[in-house]
Amino acid sequence: MRNGPSWFNVTSLVVGFSFLYLPIVLLVIFSFNESRLVTVWGGFSTKWYGELFHNKQLLDAGKVTLQVAFLSASIATVLGTMAALVLSRSGRFPGRTIFSGMIFAPLVMPEVILGLSMLLLFVAIDQSRGFWTIIIAHTTFCMCYVAVVVQSRLVGFDRSIEEAAEDLGCPPFKTFFLITLPGILPAVIAGWMLAFTLSLDDLVIASFTTGPGATTLPMKIYSQVRLGVTPEINAVCTILVALVTMGVIAASVTTKRRETQRQRDERAAIAQG
Amino acid sequence: MSQTQTKPRRSLGAKALIAAPYLWLLVFFLAPFLIVLKISLSEVAVAMPPYVPTFDLASGWSAFVEKLSDLSFENYIWLTEDDLYWKSYISSVVIAGISTFITLLVGYPIAYGMARSPKAWRPTLLMLIILPFWTSFLIRVYAWIGILKNEGLLNQLLLWVGVIDQPLVILNTNTAVYIGIVYSYLPFLVLPLYASLEKLDDSLLEAAEDLGCPSWKAFWKITFPLSIPGMIAGCFLVFIPAVGEFVIPDLLGGSNTLMIGKTLWVEFFSNRDWPVSSAVAVLLLLLLVIPIVLFQNYQQKMQEKQA
Repeated sequence: MRNGPSWFNVTSLVVGFSFLYLPIVLLVIFSFNESRLVTVWGGFSTKWYGELFHNKQLLDAGKVTLQVAFLSASIATVLGTMAALVLSRSGRFPGRTIFSGMIFAPLVMPEVILGLSMLLLFVAIDQSRGFWTIIIAHTTFCMCYVAVVVQSRLVGFDRSIEEAAEDLGCPPFKTFFLITLPGILPAVIAGWMLAFTLSLDDLVIASFTTGPGATTLPMKIYSQVRLGVTPEINAVCTILVALVTMGVIAASVTTKRRETQRQRDERAAIAQG
Repeated sequence: MSQTQTKPRRSLGAKALIAAPYLWLLVFFLAPFLIVLKISLSEVAVAMPPYVPTFDLASGWSAFVEKLSDLSFENYIWLTEDDLYWKSYISSVVIAGISTFITLLVGYPIAYGMARSPKAWRPTLLMLIILPFWTSFLIRVYAWIGILKNEGLLNQLLLWVGVIDQPLVILNTNTAVYIGIVYSYLPFLVLPLYASLEKLDDSLLEAAEDLGCPSWKAFWKITFPLSIPGMIAGCFLVFIPAVGEFVIPDLLGGSNTLMIGKTLWVEFFSNRDWPVSSAVAVLLLLLLVIPIVLFQNYQQKMQEKQA
């Protein structure tokens, strides 16, 4: 059995991965369906994609979603990286338990509760809801994911170089940008991407915290899905799936290339030394 | 070496580093919870916001204390009296429990197959498990509607093969909700399980084989017990978010599928009863605190064991 995969293992992998990917593949296939009936094949056509570009509401929702995702991922990355530094470098300080609790709680909190509580805060401080309130809400839960991703990288990071820089009189701020940040950059980028996709995908929290004029793509998709399955939605979903898939694959290829490059550099440095 | 030992006084920069994320979370995460708790003790009113009393921070501490006496536990009493809420809580836990168990049955062979696959395949397989996690939850749930509905692809296939002669009603039933949860949360279970199966020392199985132990028995006596930590971690990761799930029961479930996330949503958006939905949220949180604390303790114990 150890001398290669057994038929049982191969079967379970094939069945398992088919289960994971078949629904998405079918969704993509039927976005190219000529027929309006989503489940009856009527020939190949890209007309639903053409129609998307004339659907102004959908395009607007797409624009809002990308802006929200970009801004909240960026703010969340800054705050989340700071939080990760605090968790792994700041030692003890008053209220540390509450702090780490607040970082980990949103990861397991049901979205309905996060959304509801955010909305009630905005109502309590009499803040009118819309674009910026979604960004604040998304930043809050995304920064916790970023913090966890970055922290796991910081734990494995060799502190001796930082300490050397500090001993030589390098101010902490400069040490961070010259030494720590380049070292943890892959995790920071991964954290940003995770935050971006989380914000891009979120329906529940955005629905609670939105106001007039700020409709995101998931909200738009959701309200249409409730009315039934249509090929236009399949087309929108296909575009989103394609974007995310390309992003993830590109990121993993770059990380791998960077890693090989680094190893090569290290070997070259050792050979020269 | 921690900075506190070398420098007892923090620099301004170090203080700012702690303060920025700390304040953000206090204002936008902790404070909202206190507000939810407070509103759950208020009464419904036809106004905007639709509840009384509302706190006016400008009127100071004494007014705050005075208003406290206006708070009532009526919403919580209401929750115990109307059996819709009880049923939602229980049915959420039952649906999440059943789904977690099915996820385990589906996920175990996948994780096992991955861990036993040639080393060269593993990074690709791991990537394939993680990739759906990046794809929108809503889209993955939506994809199942086209498959499960009465004139959907699954029924077409089964009718064509001749297994059935009447389309099966799956969409808008609890079965569809189970399928949705298993599908959406499968990666959460496979990843920790794979991690614990991959660490497994091959020499144990070799020794069993050399001593004449049949491979199914070796699996049952060696592999299975050693994979229990991964199974437990994975089950928690599926169960906890599944209890509060909204999108899956709403899109795949029927009108009689009761789940607490959906009840909260309806109470808030359709009935506009903010105090009751806040009370539902508080109780949902209390319901989830038990498994979350259990999970945290378990993880800590495991880490200590490894150290």
